[in-house]
Amino acid sequence: MTDHHSDIDSVTGKSTTGHEWDGIKELNTPLPRWWVISFYLTIVWAIGYWIVYPAWPLIQSNTTGLFGYSSRADVAVELANLEKIRGDKMAVLGAASLADIEKDPALLALARAKGKTVFGDNCAPCHGSGGAGAKGFPNLNDDDWLWGGTLDQIMQTIQFGARSGHAKAHEGQMLAFGKDGVLKGDEIVTVANYVRALSGLSTRKGYDAAKGEKIFAENCVACHGDGGKGNPEMGAPNLTDKIWLYGSDEASLIETISLGRAGVMPAWEGRLDPATIKAMAVYVHSLGGGK
Amino acid sequence: MNKTVNPNELTSDNDNGPLYVAQKKVYPQSISGTFRRIKWGLMAFCLGVYYFLPFVRWNRGIGAPSQAVLIDLPNSRFYFFFIELWPQEIYYFTGLLIVAAVALFLMNSVGGRIWCGYLCPQTVWTDLFYAVERLVEGDRRERMKKDKSSDPMKLERISEIVLKHSIWLLIAWWTGGAWVLYFNDAPTLVKELVTFQAPMIAYIWIGILTATTYVLAGFMREQVCTYMCPWPRIQAALTDEWALNVTYRYDRGEKRTSVKKAAELRALGQPVGDCVDCYQCVAVCPTGIDIRNGPQLECIQCGLCIDACDNVMTKIGRPKRLIGYDNDINIQRRQEGKPPVYRIVRARTVAYSAIIAAVGGIMIYTLATRSLLEVNVLHDRNPVAVRLSDGSIRNAYTVRLLNKSGYDRVIAIDANGPANLTTHVVGIDSVTPDRPMIVIPRDSTSELRLLVTAPAESNPEKSIPVRFHVTDIGLGEVATATDNFVAP
Repeated sequence: MTDHHSDIDSVTGKSTTGHEWDGIKELNTPLPRWWVISFYLTIVWAIGYWIVYPAWPLIQSNTTGLFGYSSRADVAVELANLEKIRGDKMAVLGAASLADIEKDPALLALARAKGKTVFGDNCAPCHGSGGAGAKGFPNLNDDDWLWGGTLDQIMQTIQFGARSGHAKAHEGQMLAFGKDGVLKGDEIVTVANYVRALSGLSTRKGYDAAKGEKIFAENCVACHGDGGKGNPEMGAPNLTDKIWLYGSDEASLIETISLGRAGVMPAWEGRLDPATIKAMAVYVHSLGGGK
Repeated sequence: MNKTVNPNELTSDNDNGPLYVAQKKVYPQSISGTFRRIKWGLMAFCLGVYYFLPFVRWNRGIGAPSQAVLIDLPNSRFYFFFIELWPQEIYYFTGLLIVAAVALFLMNSVGGRIWCGYLCPQTVWTDLFYAVERLVEGDRRERMKKDKSSDPMKLERISEIVLKHSIWLLIAWWTGGAWVLYFNDAPTLVKELVTFQAPMIAYIWIGILTATTYVLAGFMREQVCTYMCPWPRIQAALTDEWALNVTYRYDRGEKRTSVKKAAELRALGQPVGDCVDCYQCVAVCPTGIDIRNGPQLECIQCGLCIDACDNVMTKIGRPKRLIGYDNDINIQRRQEGKPPVYRIVRARTVAYSAIIAAVGGIMIYTLATRSLLEVNVLHDRNPVAVRLSDGSIRNAYTVRLLNKSGYDRVIAIDANGPANLTTHVVGIDSVTPDRPMIVIPRDSTSELRLLVTAPAESNPEKSIPVRFHVTDIGLGEVATATDNFVAP
């Protein structure tokens, strides 16, 4: 090793670091003092940081630091603040009437936003994320409502459900005419074709319309009404429109008439607070099918 | 060579040479001349703009901020006189940054570090702090003597130091204070600040900027330019042989000697330079270098050495501009007896100017023609289409309307497509049921749920294009968006 103090580069007159590669020596260009001091200060700062804030992992937990800081606690505070803000807004929503909410653009936006998240958490498993529904689970975007499509009727259905066991739940079901022996096989086929004809669908060759009408009048009119227009009081669907919850083909209709239908909508009262149910009713109504 | 460092003078605590170098304190001497006047003028302009711009008012109507330049973070708006920008128009800032960067390149290829020498905040504030220092403690020689003096400090000296730092802190504090005014209504905030009712964050920012101004302009000074700023390195890579830089014109001869000796040598017809080795250029230099050593990283090209040298050359009756904006090509041409050539127009300056013109032009054009009414349409994805009980088909869309103007608008939405489409906006009881009319408040966005229905008999195809027209009923402005209407 050479003595670097006396190892001066002849071209620049600067001292070298003594590092040499293929005859080329690295010039010693020292950092300014303030830079080096700043560097050491950052190290001191880091040590202070370790002491003051949570830093080192231990076997079970970690060092907690002198300030007792925790990002989790910060989140809890922020969430609590958010809940408070939301609480105030939801109180306004809870106090307003359903009709007023829909008329006020700000309240409508709030109800729709709240309704959308709650719908996603609670309703989407059956009705789909946008309320598109599926076989047996009504599409909430259309204008066909088993239990009525006004704001109040929608709210009531959400609150108490249908066949949910709640005292105020919608009751009434499609009877199992075949299974219970009320109608025989050929009668079921005939009335199924009659129902298809009600909404303008094609019928089986040789189907007896008069017989179908007679069977319908004797067995179905009580719930589905004259002409099959349905009855929201009993949850009896309109059989003359284009919307079919369980399918409109002959086989599906035969299955419906033979085995009956009684889908369940749970009651949400008690599981969701009143303001949230209100928001949900407005949201479902605003999907497009509301009356 | 003046720059050479004797390693034995450096502090060292091990065998591998010095670990760091001490900051060499610079004592720039006062100077007067052309470039000094330019620098005073630019300093007054830059600081004037910075300190007073927040107080300039601009009438935007009732309910809108009346500050000409305002960065309104809570409402995410930027106001610049007649321009108001929304967050989604952030690309204007991108354009501005491109223009700024290329303008810097252009300055560099025309006249070297014009930015560094005259306009950079670090230079401007350091210059101001030096002026204060000079005013309180005296010029170069006095300051050096006072700093070197080992006598115990007298009251006079202590009060000088206190006064200097007080003025520095006052300037620094004002600098921080002006900064926060750009983010809030200035007169209101000033009132709040003096009555201690301003938000904590305002005081914190004033504190931070007071500290940075005080430290950077009072103590760090040329160290910022030499060690912290990336621009000296970038500009060294960008420059070319035609760029004009503050240059010592060594073609004016060697050797450097006293006026008297030079006159004698000249009389004898022997070679002698115009430089009389008076070190005035070194004395006035704010970064403490000797320009005669050629272009250096530390040189911010403020031109003060030109003033210093010109004064001396005038006194001794030699031509001015021994130091001047020049390049090596011309020095060599003069040495060969050819006239100098200045080539401002060359490929890179033309290219930079073209980029600035193109980007600036695009920005001005888009800004001048941008619509203050916008509509975005998002089709429902679940369900994409709904069949209604009468067989008609309905699609639902989320419509976002942007009213960037300073007045409320009444708008109508129409959906035009091959089928006979009808529209309905949820929650809007319009007097014209087939043509929903909506109020969008000034300077805001509205989100609506739009239902579009095609009658059963129209029997639309699987997917047909729909054009949404949003019309301002009063002004006739139209915004459009396209989407599809889907059948189940």
